[in-house]
Amino acid sequence: MASIDWKPDLEWGEKQEARARDLGMMSEQLTGRSMETFFEPAEEENHTYSFAHDVDFNKRAEFDAGDLDATDVNNKIRELMREGHGSIVVKNPRGKHSIGVGILNRLNLIIDGSVGYFGAGLIDGPTVRVTGRVGWSCAENMMSGVVVVEKNAGSTFGAAIRGGDLVCRGSVGSRTGIDMKGGTILVGGDTGALSGFMMQRGRMVVCGNAGKNLGDSMYDGTIYVGGDIQSLGVDAVEAELTELDQQWLKRKLDLYDVEPRHGVASFKKIVAGKQLWNYDNLEPNEKKLIL
Amino acid sequence: MCGIAGLIHRGKTSAVGNEMTSMLQALKHRGPDSTGFAVYGEAEPGAFVMRFKVAEAEDMGKGFDVHAKIAERIEEVEKRLTDHSATILSRDAATEYAQRWVIRHNGDTEQLARYIEEIEGAEILSLGNALELIKDLGDATVVSEQYGLSDFNGTHGIGHTRMATESDVDIRSAHPYWAFPYNDVSVVHNGQITNYWLMRRQMERKGHRFVSSCDSELLAVYTADNLNNGVALEESLERSIREIDGVFTYLVATKDQLGMAKDTMAAKPLVLYESDDLIAMASEEVAIRAIMPDEIDTYDPYDEEVRVWQA
Repeated sequence: MASIDWKPDLEWGEKQEARARDLGMMSEQLTGRSMETFFEPAEEENHTYSFAHDVDFNKRAEFDAGDLDATDVNNKIRELMREGHGSIVVKNPRGKHSIGVGILNRLNLIIDGSVGYFGAGLIDGPTVRVTGRVGWSCAENMMSGVVVVEKNAGSTFGAAIRGGDLVCRGSVGSRTGIDMKGGTILVGGDTGALSGFMMQRGRMVVCGNAGKNLGDSMYDGTIYVGGDIQSLGVDAVEAELTELDQQWLKRKLDLYDVEPRHGVASFKKIVAGKQLWNYDNLEPNEKKLIL
Repeated sequence: MCGIAGLIHRGKTSAVGNEMTSMLQALKHRGPDSTGFAVYGEAEPGAFVMRFKVAEAEDMGKGFDVHAKIAERIEEVEKRLTDHSATILSRDAATEYAQRWVIRHNGDTEQLARYIEEIEGAEILSLGNALELIKDLGDATVVSEQYGLSDFNGTHGIGHTRMATESDVDIRSAHPYWAFPYNDVSVVHNGQITNYWLMRRQMERKGHRFVSSCDSELLAVYTADNLNNGVALEESLERSIREIDGVFTYLVATKDQLGMAKDTMAAKPLVLYESDDLIAMASEEVAIRAIMPDEIDTYDPYDEEVRVWQA
């Protein structure tokens, strides 16, 4: 039987590493900790888009969306922003989908009624208030700004948001804050199953109860729950609620006038156990394999 | 994707035909292939409304003798009804291939239904005292007009707009499904059932009939099987969450009840509106808004949630 003469191909490994570096795969310095950048007034220019509309908050406009379709409603909002209106009231939305998506400048948008799916999705900057209820995927992928929903919300509330404050005074559906990468989600009532699934960064506050598998497979970030938790997901663990947490909760809840039933001291804090594979903990060679 | 909708008036009748048409028209974007309604009026004891078809919509363009064949099949239905000592009280044709007959019959309706369905191309869409089940290709307005649904008054109804994903675009695969042979029971479903074949074989071994290869039909058969064994509607809905795999939200209507069930992952949407005299539900809020323009409170039911309302 012929013996197999095998040697590890070191040269090949080095080449692969160099190639990965060329592709920018290994240039990132990962420290395994959440990083947040804060707004500096001096850097305001870097925080606005060159094509953003320059609006005046004191210039107010309102229109009836009852007979318009979703595209027309959004075009109308854009037209008003171009004219410099900084406060826009949309009346009679009647559960239409995709209202207020993709607004990338400062704006005070009031939607007087209920919105369907993807309401205020992909926004960066505006303050949106919905006086009714929102359907699935409200504020999905929000970059910054504030969205306040006065009544209930559907599932995947705040999916993949990266920043800003997303508030629902009522109860929300399942998979709230799935894959969120930053920002804050605040729920005045209950949330459904698999909330905070694969959460990466940011904070979620649920004043009521949470459904099963809360924080399943979360990488990082924090979930605070005021009521009962039906069950925790894989790798979600309870951590100690510190004085700092309580202060932050109080400040945030006061800001949006949400009062939890038993005060902030009774909140449970859920974080990632970091026992699952974590990108940041991998050896360079392993990282190369999965990237 | 599919859209489902349902509504139930408590203790009164209303223009359910028109209301369901508006709701389903608002859900057209979720399923443009076919639309179906199961609406419930005042039950007439002893008289059965039998909705049946003897051909598919697409057959109408095929073969030079299709019209003769249809007439022949309808004649055969009449003959078989007479054989089974049923009296035909009235007969209307909604389309050439879809008929609505009112019959009086005192015997075993299951036997009768099986006997009629032996005729080539014949399928009983529904049989019951209160139930009118119509379904065809096209959007809600088209189907509603074709079948004269606008002047229908009743207590409750469910409906469906279908986007065909796992079976053909034809009436056979359109919802709602009648829970054969259970009079007055119908089902609409949004989702995918992943243990369909396993469950179907189980049901077939028990003697149940399947007319299509659409996974939603299983829910109708499953419900019929449970009701047949004396299981209450609520219990049947709860059991289905444990026994049926996949992602689903479905509605079941009986002579005087309307029920909903949502699977364990809550992956298919449903929005609910509840008041003292009306309960309305739909895949999207826009459908509820179509009949209630004023500001209302709605919410999403959670995973594994089961609800049953009485008319």
